[in-house]
Amino acid sequence: MPINYYIYLAVALFSIGVAGVLTRRNAIIIFMCVELMLNAVNLLLVAFSKMHAQTALAANPSAITGVEAQLFVFFIMVVAAAEVSVGLAIIVMMYRNIHSVDVNFLNRLKH
Amino acid sequence: MDITQILFWFLSILAVFGALMMVTSKNPVYSVLWLIVVFFAISGHYILLNAQFLAVVNIIVYAGAIMVLFLFVIMLMNLNAETEPQKNKWLKIAGVIAGGSLMLVFIAALRHSNELIKTQVSMGGEAGLIKTLGKTLFTDYVLPFEISSVLFLSAMVGAVVIGKKGD
Amino acid sequence: MNSIIDLVYLVPLFPLIGFLINGLGRNYLSKSLSGIIGSTVILASFIVSVLIFNETRAEAFTATTVNLFEFINVAGLNIPFAFQVDQLSALFLLVITGVGFLIHLYSTSYMHEEASHHFARYFAYLNLFVFSMLLLVLGANYLIMFIGWEGVGLCSYLLIGYWFKNTEYGNAARKAFVMNRIGDLGFLLGLFFIIQQFGSLTYSEVFPQAAGMFKGDSILVVITLLLFVGATGKSAQIPLYTWLPDAMAGPTPVSALIHAATMVTAGIYMIARSNILYTLAPATQVVVAVVGLATAILAATIAIKQNDIKKVLAYSTVSQLGYMFLGLGVGAYTGAVFHVMTHAFFKALLFLGAGSVIHAMHHEQDIRKMGGLAKKLPITRWTFWVGCIAIAGIPPFSGFFSKDEILVHAFAANPVFYIIGLAGALMTAFYMFRLYAMTFKGTFRGTHEQEHHLHESPWQMTVPLIILAFLAVVAGFVGIPELFAADAHKLEHYLAPVFKASTDAVEAHHLEHKTEYILLAVSLTLIASAIIFALKRFSKNPETGELEGFGKVLANKWYVDELYHNIITKPLNSLGVFFNRFVEKSGIDGLVNGVGKGVQWSGRQLRLLQSGQVGSYVLWMVIGILLLFVITIKFL
Repeated sequence: MPINYYIYLAVALFSIGVAGVLTRRNAIIIFMCVELMLNAVNLLLVAFSKMHAQTALAANPSAITGVEAQLFVFFIMVVAAAEVSVGLAIIVMMYRNIHSVDVNFLNRLKH
Repeated sequence: MDITQILFWFLSILAVFGALMMVTSKNPVYSVLWLIVVFFAISGHYILLNAQFLAVVNIIVYAGAIMVLFLFVIMLMNLNAETEPQKNKWLKIAGVIAGGSLMLVFIAALRHSNELIKTQVSMGGEAGLIKTLGKTLFTDYVLPFEISSVLFLSAMVGAVVIGKKGD
Repeated sequence: MNSIIDLVYLVPLFPLIGFLINGLGRNYLSKSLSGIIGSTVILASFIVSVLIFNETRAEAFTATTVNLFEFINVAGLNIPFAFQVDQLSALFLLVITGVGFLIHLYSTSYMHEEASHHFARYFAYLNLFVFSMLLLVLGANYLIMFIGWEGVGLCSYLLIGYWFKNTEYGNAARKAFVMNRIGDLGFLLGLFFIIQQFGSLTYSEVFPQAAGMFKGDSILVVITLLLFVGATGKSAQIPLYTWLPDAMAGPTPVSALIHAATMVTAGIYMIARSNILYTLAPATQVVVAVVGLATAILAATIAIKQNDIKKVLAYSTVSQLGYMFLGLGVGAYTGAVFHVMTHAFFKALLFLGAGSVIHAMHHEQDIRKMGGLAKKLPITRWTFWVGCIAIAGIPPFSGFFSKDEILVHAFAANPVFYIIGLAGALMTAFYMFRLYAMTFKGTFRGTHEQEHHLHESPWQMTVPLIILAFLAVVAGFVGIPELFAADAHKLEHYLAPVFKASTDAVEAHHLEHKTEYILLAVSLTLIASAIIFALKRFSKNPETGELEGFGKVLANKWYVDELYHNIITKPLNSLGVFFNRFVEKSGIDGLVNGVGKGVQWSGRQLRLLQSGQVGSYVLWMVIGILLLFVITIKFL
């Protein structure tokens, strides 16, 4: 598959995530959209890790390329997991305080 | 069209469709379920790309742990379609247009790029195997790995502190 | 070189120490202690000065520079903090510290009525004054001179406004300060031109370079004129002389210090020091001579009709300074310095004598209310008499020699100068003896209470008077003109190295002895008749009534103060009012406030964007990213 297919796919997923963030008011959904965007990026990273593997394999069949990119994805997952745990805790506390997960009630930044 | 291409298109359509459903569902529980579908599709892509380890991790961490956490929270709060807050119509349209424009701009940016973009992605190689990744992770990247454990610890403590009642 | 010359820094150091002790400890020192400290430090300086002076008299002595530390060294301009000891500075050291010490001694008694911390403050200022003046004459470059120059300006301000609770005195101090600043601006510009032209401010580097330039070089004319502007401010010449008579607001010993030993002689010293520059700029010399002469005449006419004992003396100082500038202008540098020296003695004597009279009269300064004091104040009377004769120029008193030398040179330069100068000298004799007659002769015209309290002053005041009177008599003998004895002009001989470059640059013109005798006889006859006329006229019937006609113009000082007030102060004031009302209010305030208002207004508008809605923030962020992408694709 050409790399641009993967790019288009990732861009589509990312844009859907952005649109979701912009259109929804539910904090949890927004959070999920953010996760979607993260995954779009992860997918792209993995695709890029394989981008130059073919030329390297042609020169040397036992060559290993793109390990770093995949480890990068791994670390992104690690951070995402940590982020989700804290983020959800915040949402829970927000719900506990204002009995809603509507981000429009969170306009206290104004004051 | 060989089997790889068929699988690619199938998984891509599934992912985009799932994402759209996730965003548009009124009921948050459905949203979570659709997102899990998306994650599975992405994991499928990983397998297609010969990144088996990441595919497994993605399913375990995202589709398994994280989404279950989301589901827990949603059910804990007893959210459903009726309690779902709605934005007004214009803001929604504006959001959709903004997201669509972003995609258009990305695509426009790609269309101007050079021939490199047509590079074929290799499905082979051993980079995605646990053996290779593990070796690199525990030699070259052992310090970030250990530090990420500290990150987890602090995230855990943070979650407990934030979620604690009575302050 | 291990000699006393290397210790020259002690001379200004002692007064500085005195200033610090008196200034910082003014609340703790007793009156007698601060008086003793203040006087002793000057005495110590005087002793060192005498030793230095002795060194400089040696035949083999050459000008020595004592480097103390590096002061300014930047971008090729090197100005060390250095003192230059040569004949000129040594002579000035002697006069400043000597007369200064006598004035300090006098002050311990004169100022005794002041509260102790004011008393100490007075001595602190006095010490600082002497310190600044010493710095001025000792500096080996124009910058050190400028430091001292500004220092005396500051101290004169502080001392004239010593009784600062009196608004008029404060105004007089301010006037002196502003006038001096105007002059200092000229001086400073002169310094910049010197740096630009010669690349240095050090005398020993500037003067040899200047000596090599051709006579009448325009840059030299510019430099000398600017320096002269500074001198007119400091030495009270037209047009900046009006501060000096007003400076009488200060205590009388301060007047003596300002008029005799320090401050006003700074301008003379500066020009004498830069003599080579002036010699090579004949245009400036003419300006200096004319200004000096005009000042001498103008001040003398004013002095004739003044009734304040100190005002008369003040105008006589301005007039005598005019003579000194005349001397400088016609190239009689030695004569000018000579006159500075003799003038320091007799003017200090006159001021201190006046102080003694004022002291006895309980701060009455109007001579119309005095008279007949001769019997009550014998010492003051006789010393004052000596001072009057000396300033009038009767031989063998000192004023005769110095003034005569200047006038003879003036005659050699231009007989018109001589005639006008002689007229000024006649007026000097006239008003001094008018002053003397009205003060000491006739009958007492004050109140009974004042008459009852009339008494001779204590020894701290009379001893300086006697010493100064002695000096006023004999000081002239260091400069006996060639007319009477060959090679008798010791001062000229002594100062010759300082003015060597100037004497080399112009050929000396000597008058025939016959001419000199005639001049001498004419001037002596006229002066003697003026004195006799004044004594006759004012001993018996002093003028106490209102003045009319021309006399009133003179009594009002030719209305110069009013003129300045009307053509300078008033327009400046109205200009200030105009700027305040219109430019400041609508222009600058409008601009500043407008900026503030604009920011506030735009802030109010922009605040609407800060809705607090997280969604809208994200929307803006996405729009921003979009724009960035579009720009990147379109333009990069």
